[in-house]
Amino acid sequence: MTADEVMKKSQAAFLYQGKDFKARVMMKLISSGGQERVREMAMLRKNYGAPGGEQKYFMYFFQPADVKDMTFMVYKYPGRDADRWLFVPAINMVRRIAAKDKSSSFVGSDFTYEDVSGRNIVDDTHTIVKEEKFVGKDCYVIKSVPKAADMDYSYKQSWIDKSDFLPLKEEYYDRRGGLYKVFTADEIKAVKGFQTITKRTMKNLSSGHRTEVSYSKTDYNIGIDDSLFSERFLKQPPKKWTE
Amino acid sequence: MDRIRKKIKSGVTNRRRGSGRKASSLSVHIYAAICLLLPLTAAASDISLHGFLQGNYSPNVAESNSDGGDFKWAEERLQLKLDANKEPFQLFLKTDVFYDHIAEKADMELREGYLGYTASKWDMRLGRQVITWGLGDLIFINDVFPKDYEAFFSGRPLEYLKKGVDGAKIGIYPEFASFELIAVPRFEPNHFPDPNRFIMFDPMPGITNREKIKPSSNLENTELAARVYRDVGGFDASLYLYRGFLRQPSALPDNPLAPTRLTFFYPKLSEYGASLQGRALDGVLSLEAGYYDSRQDRSGTDPMVPNSQTRFLIGYQRQIWEDFTAGLQYYGEYMSDYSEYAKNLPPGFPKERKLHELVTLRLTQFMIHQTLRLSFFSFYSPSDGDYMLNPEVKYNFSDHIWGAAGSNIFGGGEKWSQFGQLDKDDNVYIQFRYEF
Repeated sequence: MTADEVMKKSQAAFLYQGKDFKARVMMKLISSGGQERVREMAMLRKNYGAPGGEQKYFMYFFQPADVKDMTFMVYKYPGRDADRWLFVPAINMVRRIAAKDKSSSFVGSDFTYEDVSGRNIVDDTHTIVKEEKFVGKDCYVIKSVPKAADMDYSYKQSWIDKSDFLPLKEEYYDRRGGLYKVFTADEIKAVKGFQTITKRTMKNLSSGHRTEVSYSKTDYNIGIDDSLFSERFLKQPPKKWTE
Repeated sequence: MDRIRKKIKSGVTNRRRGSGRKASSLSVHIYAAICLLLPLTAAASDISLHGFLQGNYSPNVAESNSDGGDFKWAEERLQLKLDANKEPFQLFLKTDVFYDHIAEKADMELREGYLGYTASKWDMRLGRQVITWGLGDLIFINDVFPKDYEAFFSGRPLEYLKKGVDGAKIGIYPEFASFELIAVPRFEPNHFPDPNRFIMFDPMPGITNREKIKPSSNLENTELAARVYRDVGGFDASLYLYRGFLRQPSALPDNPLAPTRLTFFYPKLSEYGASLQGRALDGVLSLEAGYYDSRQDRSGTDPMVPNSQTRFLIGYQRQIWEDFTAGLQYYGEYMSDYSEYAKNLPPGFPKERKLHELVTLRLTQFMIHQTLRLSFFSFYSPSDGDYMLNPEVKYNFSDHIWGAAGSNIFGGGEKWSQFGQLDKDDNVYIQFRYEF
């Protein structure tokens, strides 16, 4: 199997499973001093086409209090920046957000938009560095070097489980070759037969800040209607999806 | 932004409060209706109660107020938001209680209060609700709904710039487009800065006998608004229609040659507009335009009623680096029948330009995991030379507490220009909020 094939399978397993997906996402932003901030949201995702293709995301925020009832919608396209809309309930306004996927923190966390919704596989050159066991599982170790020079990191090294193709660990190296950011999959569960990372952490080694994410109420193939991804429901998120 | 017209400020000290919607008879009716609906909340399957406690203080930094006061705003406020759902019904109430240190009294205000109904292809909201249309960042063309400019110039949180309307909104969602239809039986004007708190231009300061007349609530005066929107080639496209009244009053002198009394009224207005927004040039591009049909002065000969206008906006925002975004807008207001206006303007009155222009710049930098926000917003008018500057720092101390400090600085232009006339009203403000 080539490195590109591994990464394609990994992308499909990590970000494209099922026709659609939902989860209650709890993010804890933890500073080096231990201070915690919480971001809690309902996340809904629907695929349009094959893995690597278009996706739509709908998010509804429960916490913190100053963003409660805000909703956020993303149309993700392979090969170009996503379209994003934010609904601000205090002034009943929907507006587009101009943010770049590659270098924007998602709600202030250690995850970028790209970490949440995936990176285009053809944007990197992938090579299999080695094959080794990691936390008792047989893994491919893949080195991914961005083709463009617009990224914060110079390369990424991923440990991809050979059995289910989920990324168990990712290491990000800066331009001087120093390791500065680490992703780990901390809990994996089967949901409707789909292996799903239900706990994950992104830790910034230079600042000591980390973000812990846990999924609950996770489900697949729940029949999300196309109409959900509209201004109408951004302004009035359906209760059945935000409970 | 709607212009604070340089013609005549309605110096009528109408209502002291910014949002000004105290226990009017309609509010009483709404409260009564709510009391009747409260049993429904008991039956609701899903009830949430949230809100905040807030302090908001805005001392002057240029001069004292017209009445000698030192603050544009000083209050503590409690807001409660009740959201009760039993599908397909929703009841939403947002009520503020506050103590105003300038008027030295406590009061309450129903910010929003509506009953909603949701079906698969349509929905409805009945009651007091905030409606926001158009794409402008603090510039309003197709958002013809009421604003509170006193709140905006006094350093209050942005949400207080918008006022609710008392009416019905129906949304219809067939496959090919979405529709919003709005009927507002009771007219709500814009709220302009209180002349006791703000030093502003008044071309007829000698005439203190003033009264304000709002359109009476009847079928003929019911405001109607419609918006149709859909995706067009990856862009969000909207068309807008409105039939109602200008929310800025015009003055009618009892005797044009030697006036002793001014009657302020709200001229009839129709508005037709369109907007388009989407990704372009590595950012977000916004285009919006509207034609203001001044139905009581179509010939442009009445100097007291604004002429018809064409308003247009080009906006562009882009992320420059991580957590830093810049937004630029150019806005123009082109007066129809300008020669008629110029010919009929009484001597001694400041003359508006045929084309009024505004440029805005917004810079936003987030820091410390987006808990600290530094922002800067400015208006500058290339045609009139006046400006408004609003730098602000906001910090989220925790997930429940935030504070913001900023200032509103006005100047340039003439003593009657939109922002130039507020030259002596510079203020700094602080806002603290505990949200729950």
